[in-house]
Amino acid sequence: MNIRRRTFISYLASGAGIIVTGVGGLLKPILAFADWNVDAFNAETEAGALVEFFPGLEVTPSDAIFIGVHDLVENGSVVPIKVNTDLPNVESIAILVEKNPNPLIANFNLSPACAGFVATRIKVGEPSNITAIVKSDGKLYSTTKFVEVVEGGCD
Amino acid sequence: MASGIRIRTSTKDDLTTVQAILKHPMDTGNSRDPETDNMIPAFFIEAVTIYHGDKVIMTCDWSRAVSKNPYLSLSFTGAKKGDTIRISWQDSSGNTESKEAVIQ
Repeated sequence: MNIRRRTFISYLASGAGIIVTGVGGLLKPILAFADWNVDAFNAETEAGALVEFFPGLEVTPSDAIFIGVHDLVENGSVVPIKVNTDLPNVESIAILVEKNPNPLIANFNLSPACAGFVATRIKVGEPSNITAIVKSDGKLYSTTKFVEVVEGGCD
Repeated sequence: MASGIRIRTSTKDDLTTVQAILKHPMDTGNSRDPETDNMIPAFFIEAVTIYHGDKVIMTCDWSRAVSKNPYLSLSFTGAKKGDTIRISWQDSSGNTESKEAVIQ
């Protein structure tokens, strides 16, 4: 990733913010996006991604999280996955694929209105453990499931 | 650009389930253009926000390893049929797209 391009885009974004504010709050910002965590998404190990994404938090294994994904996947470029949890006050659900070049795949921040559920489709480069990390009441819990992949999908 | 976001909702009792497909190539930066043999640069949706009315119900941070034309599903409480849901995304090149739908 080109750092200078990113920096430039962030300047553009903050400039746009100033313009919107400058109109006196008449215009409500249409889009509200959180800052993308470059260091966490570029980390090359699961541990590295977790340290960057959830600094200072320990992860405890939990049987109250369920990962719905096939044990054997033909095409690693489209792997349907869903995560359910019975844990209370779920703040976020993150999905990591241990053997992918950058293990952190996606994070979902849930408002209190959300059920403890999310589903998406991800790329899995080779047979790997897939881990779901749920933040509940400020603590991190995890479940891991191994997925066999016939044809890797990281192109 | 024609909207590349498709939204489907269903509400049963107090639980609304949302399914969406966001049209995007989600290029990882690891593949070559078969015609020119040049590397295709990474280009992917980084952030998604889902609104019920004016209220943010979910935000997503994504890497390039979410599949092409990303699928997203979630469930939430507190919506009635006829309410509005809106999904907005922003990609790694700063493009954004947004779409509203009526909750069914």
